[in-house]
Amino acid sequence: MKTNIKLLFSAFLALLIMSCNNKNTQQEAPAKQTATEEVDKTKGQAFVKDDESKPNVLQIAIGSKDHSTLVAAVQAADLENALVNAGPLMVFAPTNDAFAALPEGTVDNLLKPENKAKLAFILKHHVTPGNYSKDFLKKFKKLGQASNENVTVEVKGDDVYVGGAKIIASVPAGNGIVHVVDKVIIPE
Amino acid sequence: MKTMFKFFAGLFAVSMIMTSCNNGASNTKSNTGALSSSAAEKVYVAPGEHDEFYAFVSGGFSGQLAVYGLPSGRLFKVIPVFSQDAEKAWGYNEETKPMLETSHGFVPWDDAHHPDISQTAGEIDGRWVFINGNNTPRIAKIDLTTFETTEIIEVPNSAGNHSSSFVTENTEYVVAGTRFSVPVPQRDMPIKDYKGNFKGALSFISVNPEDGRMDLKFQVMMPGFNYDLSHPGRGKSHGWFFFTTYNSEEASTLLEVNASQNDKDFIAAINWKKIEEYVNNGGGTMMPANYAHNVYDEHTHTATSTMKKEVRVVNPAEVPGAVYLLPTPKSPHGCDVDPSGEYIVGNGKLSANLTVHSFTKMLDAIENEKFDGDAYGIPILKFEDVLAGTVEQPGLGPLHTEFDGKGNAYTTFFISSEVVKWKLDTWEVIDRKPTYYSVGHLMIPGGNSQKPFGKYVLAMNKITKDRYLPTGPEVTQSAQLYDITGEKMELLLDFPTVGEPHYAAGCPADLIKPRSKKIFKLEENKHKYAALSEADTKVVRDGKEVHVYMTMIRSHFAPDNIEGIKVGDKVYFHITNLEQDYDVPHGVSMIGANTSELLIMPGQTETFVWEPKQVGVWPFYCTDFCSALHQEMQGYVRVSPRNSNIELSWSLGED
Repeated sequence: MKTNIKLLFSAFLALLIMSCNNKNTQQEAPAKQTATEEVDKTKGQAFVKDDESKPNVLQIAIGSKDHSTLVAAVQAADLENALVNAGPLMVFAPTNDAFAALPEGTVDNLLKPENKAKLAFILKHHVTPGNYSKDFLKKFKKLGQASNENVTVEVKGDDVYVGGAKIIASVPAGNGIVHVVDKVIIPE
Repeated sequence: MKTMFKFFAGLFAVSMIMTSCNNGASNTKSNTGALSSSAAEKVYVAPGEHDEFYAFVSGGFSGQLAVYGLPSGRLFKVIPVFSQDAEKAWGYNEETKPMLETSHGFVPWDDAHHPDISQTAGEIDGRWVFINGNNTPRIAKIDLTTFETTEIIEVPNSAGNHSSSFVTENTEYVVAGTRFSVPVPQRDMPIKDYKGNFKGALSFISVNPEDGRMDLKFQVMMPGFNYDLSHPGRGKSHGWFFFTTYNSEEASTLLEVNASQNDKDFIAAINWKKIEEYVNNGGGTMMPANYAHNVYDEHTHTATSTMKKEVRVVNPAEVPGAVYLLPTPKSPHGCDVDPSGEYIVGNGKLSANLTVHSFTKMLDAIENEKFDGDAYGIPILKFEDVLAGTVEQPGLGPLHTEFDGKGNAYTTFFISSEVVKWKLDTWEVIDRKPTYYSVGHLMIPGGNSQKPFGKYVLAMNKITKDRYLPTGPEVTQSAQLYDITGEKMELLLDFPTVGEPHYAAGCPADLIKPRSKKIFKLEENKHKYAALSEADTKVVRDGKEVHVYMTMIRSHFAPDNIEGIKVGDKVYFHITNLEQDYDVPHGVSMIGANTSELLIMPGQTETFVWEPKQVGVWPFYCTDFCSALHQEMQGYVRVSPRNSNIELSWSLGED
């Protein structure tokens, strides 16, 4: 296992170096710097080595095979560091199937670098500052999301729907809770 | 391990998605690349050289105030304020015990949050720094000639003294707002009857311009919201004070849910000049109260604690035109006013946007009575009528904003761990830099005044995790220094701090340095038990109480042999440091004394109490390495049985 990690890490480094070289040869003029760029993918809380603490919401998502699309999206939107914050954070995590149910091409389109802000906005719409169990969520009519928009909370029988998406599983995390949902919650 | 594996797998995936590389991109820029960076040079202060700025960084739960130099980040002193400090005998010696007295008795700790330096004409004057104790509401004043806490006033009718301790433009007032509303006066009542019955006191403590003496002049009794942070108006808005509120729902339980039901809470705008005028004309009501006012006298080297028995309270409904509420989204936390006094920034901690109100528009809305109802008789202005602009989606979890005096604002974001630079008037984001990690406050020297010194910003982090060598589960918190002279911020340094670096105040060193005291003059020592020369030393018995008038000078105590002390006596050692030479303190401690050492500055007198329980001959010694003959600086006390008839005697150099 240890060797595997080292191997992967070396591969990662090699790729990083390759991409640096590419960058230098491809680009003549300096790229236009905007305030939303410049994310160092080696620094930040998401990159703290810690296999002792209870997994945080990001690690739970990364560890779930049903959430590879979500993880790719989080990484493309540079939201890793926010998701490992002390929070507490409640993440509504759409499954791969939920993403696949979106109109064809939607996810690919969102993953394009030029749509990073839009992608980040949609992902933040799935995050609440707070940590509430599915049962406790029944007390709410709405939740204020990190997107700055609200989502509705509806109770139908034993089921809880957040922004129209049904909670199908819940995993407590070191810095909050992950509620697995069956739909992508699209901001209004 | 499995998690780690997945984690690296994730990283691997990222690297494939990534189309850019920061190192590659930044090498083309002038000075931001890691290897070509001049960061080290910018923070290097050569041995023997002085820093350009003082930074007074609060210790949060340590209760103290730490003094650092910027840009080096070197720690010079931890000033004890609200917590006992055995190193300096603060709260242990007889002279400073009264400083920690409250209406609840002796309270040896507090939670020190927001230091603010005194101002004259809207500029930092470097005379005093004020700081609030949150838990048992108090405001302390630190004298910046001695760097010692010289006054602490308790704030009655308050709880969780958080929207404190910010000073007005000429230090007319240091202001303290209650975070928790409480029954006023305190009484036995059901918690569920909170709504409408609890009150939020905003306290205006006047500061005497000559000696800085504090006096609780009046309290404005506001509705039972939580008053979170505050700042004075400045320049055009001088005369007003702004407080963020949350829990305008007036919930008493599970606030994380119940205090977030309203889309908007308020910034309360208080026209304190108007209320001051009302009070000066006899307005308001004196109500019974009980709060401590503790003052340390530099000449007697002794503090006294006085219990005050009443306070003047003002119901805002009595003073029309003095108080208004500005709707502000989502439980605003930080409440910051720009150097011109025009913009009031309210950072909704659950909002993704920053809300900026306009003072001019506020006045206009008031004049045209554009009200949107009222809360307990206090007019609510319409959000749209006071809004200057919104900074859209700059980050997650906005907390606090400071200004560089060049038209830029800098806001911290707790959840996304970053400092974001944005432009006043256009509200556009100019730059963002990560912090490591979870930043709370930030500080630009002079950032709380009309004249910021916009060279550095210091960001204070709550979490450091892997940033330093680990020290078990508890690791240090940190401060990070950024150069803000360019368009983009540049991280120069990060350094560990004392306690929680909650907030800080900074100013150019030259404002304070020339006035820093070197010694206390012996001829000005008015301590009741001082011995100003060895000829004045003596031991006096009064029943079971024994007072030792002792001196210390390199390298002996006078007297250093004492006999005639008996088991069961209460022995007061009053010790005067006769040195009149800079940086020659002496310390003293006695075996078995149930207290701390004393650390006595030149010209100062301090007292510790020793209650000997065992017969014998017991040594005491100097605890500060004072001189080449430091190890010779010692003495003995002979303790005899209670029924002994040995006469009291003392001596130095007599065999």
